[in-house]
Amino acid sequence: MLQIENLEVYRGRTYVLKGVSLEVGRGEIVALIGANGAGKTTTLKAVSGLLRPQSGRIAYRPETARELALDRVPAEEIVRQGISHCPEGRGVFAGLTVRENLMVGAYLRRDKPGIREDLEKVCALFPILKERASQAAGSLSGGEQAMLAIGRALMARPRLLILDEPSLGLAPLIVARIFELLAEINARGVTILLVEQNAVMALDLSHRAYVLETGRVILSGPSPDIACDEAVRRAYLGGK
Amino acid sequence: MTGGYILQQIVNGLILGSMYALVAIGFTMIYGIIRLINFAHGDVVMIGAFVTLGLLQKLGWPFWLVSVCVLAAGAFVGLAIERAAFRPMRGAPQVTGFIASLAVSIMVQNLGIVFMTAQPRNFTFPDFLQELIRIGPVSFRAVDLVIMLTALVLMTGLILLVRKTRLGVGMRATAENLDVARLMGININRTIMATFALGGGLAAIAGLMWGGKFGQIDPLLGFVPGLKSFVAAVIGGVGSIPGAICGGYILGLAEVLFVGLLPPIYSAFRDAFVFATLILILLVMPNGLMGKRMEDRA
Repeated sequence: MLQIENLEVYRGRTYVLKGVSLEVGRGEIVALIGANGAGKTTTLKAVSGLLRPQSGRIAYRPETARELALDRVPAEEIVRQGISHCPEGRGVFAGLTVRENLMVGAYLRRDKPGIREDLEKVCALFPILKERASQAAGSLSGGEQAMLAIGRALMARPRLLILDEPSLGLAPLIVARIFELLAEINARGVTILLVEQNAVMALDLSHRAYVLETGRVILSGPSPDIACDEAVRRAYLGGK
Repeated sequence: MTGGYILQQIVNGLILGSMYALVAIGFTMIYGIIRLINFAHGDVVMIGAFVTLGLLQKLGWPFWLVSVCVLAAGAFVGLAIERAAFRPMRGAPQVTGFIASLAVSIMVQNLGIVFMTAQPRNFTFPDFLQELIRIGPVSFRAVDLVIMLTALVLMTGLILLVRKTRLGVGMRATAENLDVARLMGININRTIMATFALGGGLAAIAGLMWGGKFGQIDPLLGFVPGLKSFVAAVIGGVGSIPGAICGGYILGLAEVLFVGLLPPIYSAFRDAFVFATLILILLVMPNGLMGKRMEDRA
């Protein structure tokens, strides 16, 4: 569904990504793990069009006749094509109400009945959002904001959901709940590309994983294998 | 000093405040969305006044049609300023856009002098707008009533647009976080252009009012309402539309009441009073009346 080849991004003279290649298949959950500054967020930003790579290829749906080079189209077109990016730090619009935030998620859609239907689905998934619908998003707790950010991304009715550190700054219990919901969202047919610091949770949830280090993929494979890898255990899982 | 006199001054203040408010809205909306002060905004007022003069007096178009055209012309000028001064500077340090807009302002004023001469021109509204209306002790011309009502209608319309419509929600989202707005599929350029167009249209209408109120226009007339409306926006809390409206009325009232209630020898200091008001309000409320604490965008 998504194929990244030899992605290079540099800012000024320093490389952020030095030839990252990865693939996300339809229906998968793929995790991108690695330390701070490894280039995880940059990779996601390149996919959603916030950053332009200097070289490399980002192909969306390469397996179909409707293949699209994401590195050549504007961010809004990428959203229209079914990719939702839930940014690091959640990025809810604090001054907008919860409902308005969700509606912004459906900004490009014109199908009113479909939007209403998805609004109900999101509220069923995250009942707290319905309760707080007319409250300013800035007044929500961190966990509620995380749910709002995910709900908002779902309002675009994405086929590929990109999540950047959904667990950031949240209590373990809430993180567990959010990961449960991600599994459920995936089970409903949404492909997920996930960046996480919390490697244990990410490897547990995902089917496959890539380990990024200073702008390069150093390891990839099925998540259970990665979780057993000696180097990964030492570096990211706090293993012996 | 009778109650009637004070009431009259209050009405005068509201008339002046209506115009400040209309211009202040543009300042605050543009600041809200790109975090830059558009110093050429006051000159849109001047352009609005000259467009009115041309269409109404030279071509003799009906008043309502002139108003619509002035609104459109202001929107167009707003767009042109965005395209010329701000778009090329996007992503540059803030001071760059600030200076670019100052350059546009100076250029517009001087082009005005070149084409229109610096000689003030008389500006007369049709007779039906000159009629004197008396309500008890208060008297004003029909044009003053039109100014106040038009301002109220336009401002209500704008607030509804920003609160209720898809474009409005998109504008508020963009104002809060440009990058996340892009992730929602919002076309940032279009949203920013809409903001400049709206602000420009309102400022041009204020220019039409300014001409009608004071009866004379010249190419430099935009400077003072521009500066004072900027002050009004700051008083209200930059970025807040209701704040800008309140700021406009407060400033209009303060200016007229200072002059009207203090002994006549102080009336030459009216602008000093205006800025004293600004300083006082900012001392007590550093973010303005309705401003949020502004965080620098990363």
